[in-house]
Amino acid sequence: MSETNSDRQRRGDRESAFYLFTQQRLPACKPVLTPPWVITIYFLVGFIFVPVGLFTLRASHSVVEIEERYDIECVPSQFRNDKVSYIQDDSVPKNCSLLFKVDKYMKAPIYIYYQLENYYQNHRRYVRSRSDQQLLHGRNFHGTSYCQPLESSNNRPIVPCGLIAWSLFNDTFTFIRGKALLKVNRTNIAWKSDRDHKFGKNVYPFNFQNGTWIGGGKLNPRIPLSNQEDLIVWMRISALPSFRKLYGRIEEDLDVGDYVVVQLMNDYNTYSFGGKKKLVLSTSNWLGGKNDFLGLAYVFVGSSSLTVAIVFMLLHLRSQR
Amino acid sequence: MKKLVEFPMKPNHRTRQHLWVAAKELGFEFYERTQTSISLYEFDLSGKKVERSYELLNILEFSSSRKRMSVIVRNEEGKLLLLCKGADSVMFERLAKNGQEFAEQTKEHIEEYADAGLRTLVLAYREIDEEEYVKFNEEFTEAKNVVSADREEMIEEVAEKIERELILLGATAVEDKLQNGVPECIDKLAQAGIKIWVLTGDKMETAINIGFACSLLRQGMKQVVINSETPENKALEKSGDKTAAAAAYKASVIQQIAEGKQLLASSNENSEALALIVDGKSLTYALEDDVKDSFLELAIGCGSVICCRSSPKQKALVTRLVKTKTGSTTLAIGDGANDVGMLQEADIGVGISGVEGMQAVMSSDIAIAQFRYLERLLLLHGHWCYRRISSMICYFFYKNIAFGFTIFFFEIYASFSGQAVYNDWFLSLYNVFFTSLPVIALGVFDQDVSSRLCLKFPLLYQEGIQNVLFSWLRIVAWAFNGVLSATIIFFFCIRAMQHQAFRKGGEVAGLEVLGATMYTCVVWVVNCQMALSITYFTYIQHLFIWGGIILWYIFLMAYGAMDPNISTTAYKVFIEACAPAGSYWLLTLLVLVTSLLPYFAYSAIKFRFFPMYHEMIQWIRSDGQSDDPVYCQMVRQRSLRHTTVGYTARFEAKSRSSKEGGEGHR
Repeated sequence: MSETNSDRQRRGDRESAFYLFTQQRLPACKPVLTPPWVITIYFLVGFIFVPVGLFTLRASHSVVEIEERYDIECVPSQFRNDKVSYIQDDSVPKNCSLLFKVDKYMKAPIYIYYQLENYYQNHRRYVRSRSDQQLLHGRNFHGTSYCQPLESSNNRPIVPCGLIAWSLFNDTFTFIRGKALLKVNRTNIAWKSDRDHKFGKNVYPFNFQNGTWIGGGKLNPRIPLSNQEDLIVWMRISALPSFRKLYGRIEEDLDVGDYVVVQLMNDYNTYSFGGKKKLVLSTSNWLGGKNDFLGLAYVFVGSSSLTVAIVFMLLHLRSQR
Repeated sequence: MKKLVEFPMKPNHRTRQHLWVAAKELGFEFYERTQTSISLYEFDLSGKKVERSYELLNILEFSSSRKRMSVIVRNEEGKLLLLCKGADSVMFERLAKNGQEFAEQTKEHIEEYADAGLRTLVLAYREIDEEEYVKFNEEFTEAKNVVSADREEMIEEVAEKIERELILLGATAVEDKLQNGVPECIDKLAQAGIKIWVLTGDKMETAINIGFACSLLRQGMKQVVINSETPENKALEKSGDKTAAAAAYKASVIQQIAEGKQLLASSNENSEALALIVDGKSLTYALEDDVKDSFLELAIGCGSVICCRSSPKQKALVTRLVKTKTGSTTLAIGDGANDVGMLQEADIGVGISGVEGMQAVMSSDIAIAQFRYLERLLLLHGHWCYRRISSMICYFFYKNIAFGFTIFFFEIYASFSGQAVYNDWFLSLYNVFFTSLPVIALGVFDQDVSSRLCLKFPLLYQEGIQNVLFSWLRIVAWAFNGVLSATIIFFFCIRAMQHQAFRKGGEVAGLEVLGATMYTCVVWVVNCQMALSITYFTYIQHLFIWGGIILWYIFLMAYGAMDPNISTTAYKVFIEACAPAGSYWLLTLLVLVTSLLPYFAYSAIKFRFFPMYHEMIQWIRSDGQSDDPVYCQMVRQRSLRHTTVGYTARFEAKSRSSKEGGEGHR
């Protein structure tokens, strides 16, 4: 019997996408974790991850990093027992000198970081103690209540307000190699988006660090905030209690055997809360700074995956159904 | 086939419709009815077709206690006729002494019909004289107009007075064919481990016949019949002593139950199934408080239970008894108004819409069109729904635990001050945008076993009954998986993005970069975990799972492009900071694979060495052996309980007995 029109239409309906959808008969692929597939996948993971891990590890090893802690060293011996009063006493000279020995060739640009530890920039009250609008628009902006208690002093608004700006890091470093001063580039150390869009070009510091308590560095009131790169870098909250922030770049190469003398001003108070201060010189490559973890983790995961693949294969072959 | 003209009365009872058709075939066509008259085409004595109308005076309605109905009509010559039809048990009692001319033959006919599984009716009539009628009418109208609780009883009493001294006309039998596919459906359900009881209003013989027809009863099964209609008991009842009769009935019921239980205990050794058949009258006594526990014990031990002549109330009471005492889930399925009580009492009531009207459908939880659809409803949709809901709930907890624990772990490093590692909008939109659609795909569309195979392996249904997919162990295991994923994500991210620079330009990772990276990892891990735990991918699953991940990246870019007032810490975080950084992508890949490897290993080992029933079926299918009968039989044999009803069981019993017989002969 030949198909009638209604039969044909019904068959067409049955193959329409809507019908398939409502009858839950959509074309599907149904992968099943059979042993051959599992073993293949584990081997694949192993064969990809181990080389990637080794490559990453090599990149990490090729970064040269020199790190020196200076907050204890730079305290003169008579103040070693009472570092807090040392740091708070303005009459005591705070200059200090460090010696860095370069063991491996460091190619420019070499990044200078100051590293702080046990410093909780990620504390909730600290994080919110700022006013982004004020940073963009200046002292005419009045919604700065989050900056309390550093919103105003002597009945005048503080620009930039808040705890983050108030605690600005103010140790300074100069670098001397041999006889010559190393030129340190202190521009372009902040994120471009911060400079261009978060800190106003017409906003100047006002009434800053004028109160009884000094938290950190002072700001030049004639430079607009968008050019105050130290402030911008500092105000980019760090994630963990131990962090580095970019201080500047050395645009020259450092050879093996070079000695770099660092003259620093140990102004910043980390002694009240048991923090640490370190100075770091580091090169960087596509991976960033020196951290073996990514490479090691890849190698570890890759090799355990290979192990599991082999074990699984043996177990599977041994107990055939 | 000729299309039937519509039955001119509503509601049409199936038996009435069949009788009407039969009468029509014989030449007596009922074609019209008004409020007061009935008109038919009849053959008169000379064989000519004439039109006759009868004045309808009273209708004495059917009730399940009276088990009969009558009409009083006046024909064209003015004669008053009482026409009565009803069940043979009540009709034979009302016959006049001289109206029993064909009583013996009729009784034989009725036995034959019942043996064949047909529904029987006895017809009788009487001529009434005017006075009697007038008196009756008065009393009847009075009774009908009474507004009190005994209205029914008063009507019955009046009807009782006139419905006697009848002259037997004969008996009719209507074949109540089983619907299409009923035996197969019952077989499948029995294989699935579902116990099937039949509660019907039919006679015992009809019910037993139907039982054989759908293989609930088998030739080899021992039948335990609880029928208290012994001659002694009947005599006691006739004698009028109600209390003594009741006591006698009850005693015999209790005795028969005890005998049945003995039989049950002794037959447990040879695993021959028992069938319990209970009469409606005995059921009244068996359901009394002091007897019902032992009755239920007996019933549970039997392979199948048939309650015949049960009233709607008894159906409901039996259902309630099973539900409350055994604690198992009960499903009642019926198609008539007399099943309404049972449907509402059971945990799930399934109504069959059809010729008997829509009362069953209206009081049911689920309505289907034919009995055999029950198979698909339970074995296919029931199994799928169970799997979908349990997977969905476990997965939902998993993904939120994975997300929440990363936030919690961060607090360890933020001196527990409550600072969230993610941007506010990331937090809010997690469950809405980036991880919601895959859950919907799982809960609505997932199929672990295809529809064809679900019906082929009814034992899959046991997964739901034994609650293997939603046990506490599984829930806790998923939660643990969430914690493990969160741990790996968090600690890998902070260890890889520590204080050193993360990009070529020497930039360090601040809170926003870490947050964006960790969130990316969470979204990847959670979505890919979904991809690992399902085995059914249509375009919908692909769209939702990979779409969710892509949506996250799009969102990052779009949100990051908005004004810093709105996007606060996420301003340009992806485009400027994360995307150009090689370590960001490497870290995402590492975290993704590491978080999923434990689950992958567990799942692979379980599938290979300790597969669950649905996994075995998936393996068969992927091996391409799903049509191999031997293989399928082997898989089926892993079942724990062997079935005792259904035609599969019948064949097995036959083959077993013939094998034993064969061995005996050797």
